[in-house]
Amino acid sequence: MTTPNKILLLDDEEDLLDLYREVLAQLPSQPEIQTSNSGARAIALLESEPFNMLISDLNMPKMDGLQVLSIVRRKYPQLRIVVMTSVVDEQYRSRAYAMGVDLFWEKPGTAQEIKLFQECIESLLGREVQQAGGFRGVQSKSLVDIIQLECLSQSSSILKITNAGREGKIWVQNGEVFDAITEGLSGERAFKEIFGWKTGSFEILPPEPARTRTIFNSYQGLLLDSAQALDESQGTADSNRPSNGETPPSVSPLVALSRVEGVEFLLALSMDEAKPLDSWGLENAEPTSKWVRHTIKKLRGLGEKLQAGELTQFEGFSLQRHIAFATRGETELCAGFKRTLSAEQVRETMKAILNKWAS
Amino acid sequence: MGLLDIFSSKSETPSSGGGLTRLPSGSFTVDAKGHILTSTLPQAFPAGQVKEIASHILETFKGAQKEGLPLSEINLHFSALKITARELRGGAIIFLAPHALKRP
Repeated sequence: MTTPNKILLLDDEEDLLDLYREVLAQLPSQPEIQTSNSGARAIALLESEPFNMLISDLNMPKMDGLQVLSIVRRKYPQLRIVVMTSVVDEQYRSRAYAMGVDLFWEKPGTAQEIKLFQECIESLLGREVQQAGGFRGVQSKSLVDIIQLECLSQSSSILKITNAGREGKIWVQNGEVFDAITEGLSGERAFKEIFGWKTGSFEILPPEPARTRTIFNSYQGLLLDSAQALDESQGTADSNRPSNGETPPSVSPLVALSRVEGVEFLLALSMDEAKPLDSWGLENAEPTSKWVRHTIKKLRGLGEKLQAGELTQFEGFSLQRHIAFATRGETELCAGFKRTLSAEQVRETMKAILNKWAS
Repeated sequence: MGLLDIFSSKSETPSSGGGLTRLPSGSFTVDAKGHILTSTLPQAFPAGQVKEIASHILETFKGAQKEGLPLSEINLHFSALKITARELRGGAIIFLAPHALKRP
C-alpha cells in the first residue's frame, strides 16, 4: 500500500483554506491535507513532518509568501511548490518562478478553473521525485542522467547545482568531466560530494574553455567510483543510526506534540522570565509568552483570593483560533488550536497533549 | 421587614479578612467598565469578590485582544471552581460552577 501524498496549504484566510481543502480532497490520489494560516506555522509543519507539496498564497501579513518560498525552497529542495494567489502582477510571477516554484496559479474563480487546477495538482503529485530523487530544470532527472546526457552529447558546459543552500559546479568539456568545486572541495572529491546530493535544482551555464582540468577519470569511471563511495558512506550512516527510532536530542519535544490533530502552535515556558522558552508554529513567541505569564499570574491570584484552589487549565475560544494552557511541573504549556475544534475537542486535545508531554 | 433584616444581616456575610466562604453557583453580567448589571449569585457571596472576578475576566479578554486573539469565551478551571465567561460587547456574562456540585 502506498502512502498518500501530503499537501500543505498556506493562506491567511481561513475560509479559503477550508475551500481549498475541499477542492483538493476531491483529487483521485486522495492526498492528506494540512493547513496553515501563517508562514511560521507552515515552516514549523514542514520541519516536523515530510510533505510532497506546498500550496501557498503570496499576499500574507507578517511573513509574506515570497519570504516563505525562499526559506522553503532552500531548506526543502525536493518539495513541490505551487503559488496560488490573487496578486496577478507579472513581477511576482517571475519572482516566484525565479525562486523555483513549480506552478504559479491565479486563485481559481470558476468551476472550470477549479477543475483545471485539480488536474494540474494531480499531475504534479504524480511526478514523484521524493523516492528516486531528482533535479529540477530537466523534468526531474537524476544527476547521473544529466551528466551522462552532457557527456554522451559531447557537450561543453558548466552544471551549477544547488541543494539546501549548498552550491556546486561541474565543468564538462567536450563530453568529459573536467573539474568540480563545492564548499572548499575541488576535483574528484567535490564531484563525489555533489553526487551525494539526492535532490536540488540545477542550471546549465556557458562553458569555460580555459578551465584547468583537475579530473582525469572518464565520466563512466567517475560515476562508478562516486556511486560506490556513496553506497559505502550510506552503509556507514545506516549502521550508525539508532535503530530504536528515537528522536534526535536536538529536536524540540514540542515537535512530537505538534502531531496531535488540531494543534496550530505550542509554547512551553517557565514563569521565570529569565529561563528560555520553547515554541513551535509561532512567528514571534515572546509577546505571546508575556501575555500567558501575565494571565496565569493574575488568574492564580484570583484563585487564591476566592480560595478556589490551583488554576489547572485555561481555555479561550475565538473565531480565529482557540488557545489553552496548563501547568505541568515547572512548565506552563500553552497550545493554539484550529478554530474548527469544539470546546470539548479542545479539552480532549489539550488532555492528549499534556499526557504526551508528561510521558 | 425587621425579620428579613435578620436573615440578610452582615454577620452572615463572611468578611474578606477571613472565614470560610462557600464558592457560589450562579451567574452575573458585567459591563465594559466592570459594573455588575445582574446577578443570580447568592447574596452571601461578597460583592467585592464578584467585582474581583469581573475585573480579572475583563482584563483577560482585553489582554487577549491586545495579543491579536479576540476571545469570545474563556473557561477557567480551578481545582474547586469552574468559571465560564462569554464576551458581551466589551462586558461579559460570567458563570460560576463549583466542582463539588458536579454529579459523577
